[in-house]
Amino acid sequence: MKLKLHVWRQKNKAAQGRMVTYDADNISPNMSFLEMLDVVNEGLITTGEDPIAFAHDCREGICGSCGVMVNGVAHGPQDATTTCQLHMRSFQDGEELYIEPWRAKGFPVLRDLVVDRSAFDRIIQAGGFVSVNTGSAQDANATPIRKSDADEAFNAAACIGCGACVAACKNASAMLFVSAKVGQLSLLPQGQPERQERALNMVSAMHEEGFGNCTNQYECEAVCPKQISTDYIARLNREFIKATLTYPDAKK
Amino acid sequence: MSWLKHAVRNPIGAKVLMAITGIMLTGFLVAHISGNLLIFVGPQAINAYAEGLRQFPAVLWAARAGLLVAFVTHIYFAAYVTMGNRAARPQPYAFSNTVQATLASRSMVLTGMVMLAFIIFHLAHFTWRITDSEISAMGEFDVYQMVIRGFRQPMVAGSYVIAMVAIGLHLSHGIASVFQTLGLNHPRYNRAVRFAGPAIGVGIALLFASIPLSIYLGLVK
Amino acid sequence: MKLDAKIPSGPLESKWEHHKFDLKLVSPANKRKFEIIVVGSGLAGGSAAATLAELGYNVKCFCFQDSPRRAHSIAAQGGINAAKNYRGDGDSIYRLFYDTIKGGDFRSREANVYRLAEVSGHIIDQCVAQGVPFAREYGGLLDNRSFGGAQVARTFYARGQTGQQLLLGAYSALSRQIGAGQVKMFPKTEMLDLVLVDGKARGIVVRDLVTGAMESHAADAVILATGGYGNVFYLSTNAKGSNVTASYRAYKRGAAFGNPCFTQIHPTCIPVKGDYQSKLTLMSESLRNDGRVWVPKTKADKRAPGDIPESERDYYLERKYPSFGNLAPRDIASRSAKEACDSGQGVGESGFGVYLDFADSISRHGEEQIRARYGNLFDMYERITDENPYKMPMRIYPAVHYTMGGLWVDYNLMSNIPGLHVLGEANFSDHGANRLGASALMQGLADGYFVIPYTIANYLASSKLEKVTTSHESFKAAEDSCRKRVGQLLSIKGSRTVDSFHRELGKIMWDKCGMARDRAGLQEALKAIPKLREEFWQDLKILGTNEEINQSLEKAGRVADFLEFGELMCLDAIAREESCGGHFRTEHQTPDGEALRNDENFCHVAVWEHEGDATGPAKGHKRHQEELVYEHVKLATRSYK
Repeated sequence: MKLKLHVWRQKNKAAQGRMVTYDADNISPNMSFLEMLDVVNEGLITTGEDPIAFAHDCREGICGSCGVMVNGVAHGPQDATTTCQLHMRSFQDGEELYIEPWRAKGFPVLRDLVVDRSAFDRIIQAGGFVSVNTGSAQDANATPIRKSDADEAFNAAACIGCGACVAACKNASAMLFVSAKVGQLSLLPQGQPERQERALNMVSAMHEEGFGNCTNQYECEAVCPKQISTDYIARLNREFIKATLTYPDAKK
Repeated sequence: MSWLKHAVRNPIGAKVLMAITGIMLTGFLVAHISGNLLIFVGPQAINAYAEGLRQFPAVLWAARAGLLVAFVTHIYFAAYVTMGNRAARPQPYAFSNTVQATLASRSMVLTGMVMLAFIIFHLAHFTWRITDSEISAMGEFDVYQMVIRGFRQPMVAGSYVIAMVAIGLHLSHGIASVFQTLGLNHPRYNRAVRFAGPAIGVGIALLFASIPLSIYLGLVK
Repeated sequence: MKLDAKIPSGPLESKWEHHKFDLKLVSPANKRKFEIIVVGSGLAGGSAAATLAELGYNVKCFCFQDSPRRAHSIAAQGGINAAKNYRGDGDSIYRLFYDTIKGGDFRSREANVYRLAEVSGHIIDQCVAQGVPFAREYGGLLDNRSFGGAQVARTFYARGQTGQQLLLGAYSALSRQIGAGQVKMFPKTEMLDLVLVDGKARGIVVRDLVTGAMESHAADAVILATGGYGNVFYLSTNAKGSNVTASYRAYKRGAAFGNPCFTQIHPTCIPVKGDYQSKLTLMSESLRNDGRVWVPKTKADKRAPGDIPESERDYYLERKYPSFGNLAPRDIASRSAKEACDSGQGVGESGFGVYLDFADSISRHGEEQIRARYGNLFDMYERITDENPYKMPMRIYPAVHYTMGGLWVDYNLMSNIPGLHVLGEANFSDHGANRLGASALMQGLADGYFVIPYTIANYLASSKLEKVTTSHESFKAAEDSCRKRVGQLLSIKGSRTVDSFHRELGKIMWDKCGMARDRAGLQEALKAIPKLREEFWQDLKILGTNEEINQSLEKAGRVADFLEFGELMCLDAIAREESCGGHFRTEHQTPDGEALRNDENFCHVAVWEHEGDATGPAKGHKRHQEELVYEHVKLATRSYK
């Protein structure tokens, strides 16, 4: 396969970036998308040009490190698939691909296709946990949990924090990410004591990080590699409204 | 009340207010179209309805005030949320694409602005009666004649129909969004809501559009 | 070298309980006076950092990933073992202990393994309390599945993403402490050296992977939880970033390395496709319940599998191991696949693959039944290979998966360097020569949640720790040597890329120190590796500078260490004149191809000591032994016939 790549190149956070065009020859349809970039990079190094920086680690779709926009779609054209598991057979010989980093104020570009997603960590630090110290837990089977609740909590917990939801959203909103964590913990008995402050604090943190807000367009759910449903966003809205109206320690 | 201030400064709180005011405005549209449809019954019916409304000035002015508040609130928070959303992506994509967002959802700001422009024109046209000297000259309020006169003009009828397209699009995304934003969802009803929103929105727009269309085409004289 | 495992006396069942009482404590008010460095944020590091912070210590935690949530523990699929006996099927702490010892082919410490089994139940309690969504039954209680090497169902799981869910649990606890200011987190920061002051581990040198800045951090104790070194083989199921640098740097600073050659090769992975292949993907071993493994009888047979008649197929596992057949244990299944491919019978483009054929099961149970059992795995296979395993047999090949060896630690998880503690896959302690499925997660969390918080207090309370800052000359010297090394790497300006060296090293390691090893091959590797290393330092090409995100430079530092470490693995493999667990020396096998242990001479941990200057090239590696004493378990031969 031969492809024409238009890749975002940016030296560092402060530098101006631009799209640069490369020819990718000798691409096998069996390569993963990242392996295709590996091959392009080996070629670039040989010719003395800086290789394209891109984030990646596990390359099996679970760590959430990778992710680029391919022709304007987060993680590329295949459903429920991270960039690392996307294979070149999803493309046509001779195709032109526009490869860009996630773009959001909350995700500044660090270099080329690498963005800084630490905002997600700070949102979790604002409340995405159950405050239980090690050793203080009761027996695991002391509290039965309805299977359907546990399964639904799992569906939300499957989030890998890749940021595709933000990248795909027309408003660069992080609602799907936040709603997945709030949804998981609000469905489980362990999450109840901090349920309201969690919703309030995580939503505030999201806002402060400069993410946009949901306008119910559901682009996020379409690109989510773990197929997390926007039903969790409705759940988050519900949690936020209820907490705003009734949380005892909320601002007067 | 600082909790309220805090809540609405947050985009979710802002959107909740937009949803609530959106319900109010949609309710007004339903009431408005219900009255308007009397035009198909005949001149007496609609004129009597208009006359009837004026019998209760207190109620009328309270409703108008409520409507104005809802309207301003809706627009204010729409602007707030939109500005926040624009700021959230300072650098656009070189290649932009859409997977499943509907046309209606992507044109809310545009359709909203078309509606705003239309409403100002509509008030000037039929309420303040300053756009058309012939209507201004109609001494007593003859709603029926006023409307017939208005919609016989192709430019006027046409602009009303275009505005109704905007309303249809705006409502078809807005109504379904109310449920999502207020968290009123359940897997059992989600499909129904996602279908009913556009259906109601398009339905209201079609009913409104039917009046200028039928007058212009001479079906109502 | 003094090696004292510090195993407490007394009966096995009460060793840990008594030891916990004997350990010195740090009073709550004093804990805030101590600084602890944790390197790595996976199950072991993340849980340790969170727990130590909860206790009141000041913690600094470092990871090279962009978030602690992305540590490679996240990729574990199957589950986590715990001796809860919720099934009432006869499980017990002792049974889990025994299974683990036996699974490790009698090359691990009794006391450590018993403690692991003992705390396993608490892990499940803790994780559930954090909101980890384990699989449940309709009654609302936790579900279990059974796993290899055990006759009871003791494995807790969260679909096929148990590692992810447990890591997110530890990450949430860690995040809570970061938010509270008790942990200072340094993501995108890679440890390049360990700093010793007066013989004690007192800090580390790190490189900021965004700015390239070299920085030192001082502390009262250092914890390494930096994972395994399977990437020495280039292709493995490990994440691309997994590396040996932290462990190897500690080794060069004097920490002992235990059993470096013990590597686990997993039999069912998707085979290599081409030269560009960057990573291998595991397919659950459970597939062998319904799949039959075969290769064509004829060498280099390029016919499609469906065109090869039954009579021309070699169902080699069924032929060689009639009683276990396709369910032969991991190491045997892996080795047999290698033998078939080495003899030219391998299938697929590269010839390194064997068929795992579901045709018989599909005709027996129907496609629906097979889909219900393995649907998600079949989908994943199809996504990667573009072949429909319902229609044609899967192609599988073994791949490097886990490394049992690691830095040597005593019962308190402290290495021979005072103050340096090592947790999780990075230490050598619990899995002997082979790890059982669903035990890696258990060990990582046991170490981090339930062992280190007790034992590190003892170290801090009983050591005289002078106040040390990063202006100490040892820090300056270590920083300088790190800077010098980076400068060297950048100044070579040769012609070959880092990846090309890594691939070549991986091939040497895989061919000579992989599933089956022999003296001659290992000797060849010991010649080839130094040659490659020399070429690396003369002909490496890295573009760019230190003061930026430079992924080639990051890789180069790691590969430089792998190029030294690979040699140590080969030395260890050549010295261990026996076969045990994942270490199979072809010279030492029973007539029917089973691993042949030599308990008389090798019932010990091989403990390696670096000889030479910590900042220069390794001059040599000295082998020591820690004898393994079995007081409760009788050494027996693992037989699968």
